[in-house]
Amino acid sequence: MSDLSLERGLNALRAEIDAPVAAFFSSCVHCGLCAQACHFYVETGDPKYTPITKLEPLRRVWEAEFTILGRIKGLFGLNEKVTDEMLEEWEPLLYDSCTMCARCSMICPVGNDLQYMIRKTREGMVASGHAPEGLINAASRAVRTGSPMGLKWRTLEVQIKHVETSSGLTVPVDKEGADYLVLLSSMEIINFPEYLEAISKIFDHAGLSWTLSTDCYEATNAGIQIGGKDIAATLVQRIVDAATKLRVKNVISPECGHAYTAVRWEGPNLIEKAYPFKVYHIVEVLEQLRAAGKIKTEGKEMDRLSMHDPCNLARKSGVIQEQRNLMDLVAGNFVDLNEHGRYQWCCGAGGGVSSNERAEELKMTAFKKKKAQIEEVEPERMVTMCATCRTQLEEGLEEFNMDIPVVGLTELIADHLVEKKKPA
Amino acid sequence: MSDPMDFLLWTKGPMFDWAIAIFALGMLARIFEIFMLGRKTNYAEPKGSEWGPGFKTMLTRSVADPGTFKRAGFDVLVGWVWHIGFLLVLFLFIPHIELIKSVLGLSWPGLPNPIIDSIAAVTIVGLIAALIHRLLHPVKQHLSTKEDYFIWAVTFLPVLTGYIAYHRLINPYPLALGLHVLSVEVFLIVLPFTKLTHMFTAFIARWYNGAIFGRKGVES
Repeated sequence: MSDLSLERGLNALRAEIDAPVAAFFSSCVHCGLCAQACHFYVETGDPKYTPITKLEPLRRVWEAEFTILGRIKGLFGLNEKVTDEMLEEWEPLLYDSCTMCARCSMICPVGNDLQYMIRKTREGMVASGHAPEGLINAASRAVRTGSPMGLKWRTLEVQIKHVETSSGLTVPVDKEGADYLVLLSSMEIINFPEYLEAISKIFDHAGLSWTLSTDCYEATNAGIQIGGKDIAATLVQRIVDAATKLRVKNVISPECGHAYTAVRWEGPNLIEKAYPFKVYHIVEVLEQLRAAGKIKTEGKEMDRLSMHDPCNLARKSGVIQEQRNLMDLVAGNFVDLNEHGRYQWCCGAGGGVSSNERAEELKMTAFKKKKAQIEEVEPERMVTMCATCRTQLEEGLEEFNMDIPVVGLTELIADHLVEKKKPA
Repeated sequence: MSDPMDFLLWTKGPMFDWAIAIFALGMLARIFEIFMLGRKTNYAEPKGSEWGPGFKTMLTRSVADPGTFKRAGFDVLVGWVWHIGFLLVLFLFIPHIELIKSVLGLSWPGLPNPIIDSIAAVTIVGLIAALIHRLLHPVKQHLSTKEDYFIWAVTFLPVLTGYIAYHRLINPYPLALGLHVLSVEVFLIVLPFTKLTHMFTAFIARWYNGAIFGRKGVES
């Protein structure tokens, strides 16, 4: 990445400024309420984490070059400049202390979508060479190997064999004309192999036609986390190519938050065309199957369960009621966290923070907000539907000595399926 | 212009015209410079619509969610009190309605003077509370620029001078009224070039916010 420079960064920022950005910056009155929406501020009390200040590089470019007064001030050299030193100072603010959870976007009284602008500002950070090492490595591994963790198909193949042995089912691979192409995340393949077994069981139970692809099985997108459109587009194109090759009608994004944002919302814009297939999060597919009466369950979990809504799924994609309908199927004692759905609090690890080793300590500090929420309703277990959230919840709860296991919703459903009658 | 009456006539005459012209042209230019930037085509299949949710957020964002109200009740309440007070005094004080009628030809019923007087007093207290909060709260200290304090003064002075003129606290009356009119003109002139633009652009920002989320099926 030797050709990264301040000028390229500034150009990237200029290219990101559109009417919403101009309306947002024109409207900020410095009320500071966005800080009250941000777990990084709320848990540290440090005003430098106020979301709107994280956007200062983009704001300076907008003011100097996209406003009348800024252009007049420019004639007299009165504008505040964006320099390499400034971007270096802002790098931890934009990456370590922001999970792009969009809670501030939901709270700002003048209506500023701050997360929309954080995503844009990161484009300038990457182009100017001011992105964190951890994310650069994840992005380059993703481009090189297809996985941000450097996983190869061989690893997944071992998992598939394992699932087939334990469930007696066949995991379809490269099946042309299947209805659904299933994508996974490396985190799931390594940490939560039970997910693959769960969907194999559920889809077999519901009679769904599905497949994995050896060309592309990774749904995550380090490109959108770091803020590199070209990287993000390359990764999305692989999914589109695999789906097109297998002629599937639908693509299923796994229990991962940002992957869904990447494939569902950003993907078509990255490749600048609409998809020839539909994209669903696994929770949406399960809810469709439930509503169609294709999921038959028996028994319920009777311990006190609560749920963490992944930001990308709930606040950023409106998938809120679906997971609750599914919980109703299998949970007899479910309690929601007090602020949930579109007002839920982020776990602290999203937006690339979990791939950024430098942010480790801050990530755990931000988790305290989730911890406080969990303590309020005292569940015996937590349920979620994002591998990054799940890992953060597990690590966080362990760090604070809270004995609350975390389970994935898909597995929970799979555990309660009515067994098929074996042919006599 | 040593005569207070000359001063008043100047503020109500040429200065008023200038202020209105700068405000109107400046604000039009600012809104134009926002919209001409446009938005890129969005190729992602929508889950909801943009227009309805956009308009809804233009209104609903005026009310804080319960969690924010609990965490920052003082901010929310003080903000509400002085914004509403400012608008009530501006649009429901009978002499203001008469002025608007003479310029735009539109009129509506006003509130009795003693009520407006009390609202103005509450607004003054609200604005002072907002200033103190800005000076003391760590986040606001961190965010505040010279412009924030300047705009606070530009907003405070029309309310204060109006209150002074109404109660004849400065004499002669034409001087008091002239100062009030002048303070409003300063407000109008700086409006398009400062954060006061939020009076108009916040509704554009809220529309975009509601539309961006609405398209994805989220109520914002």
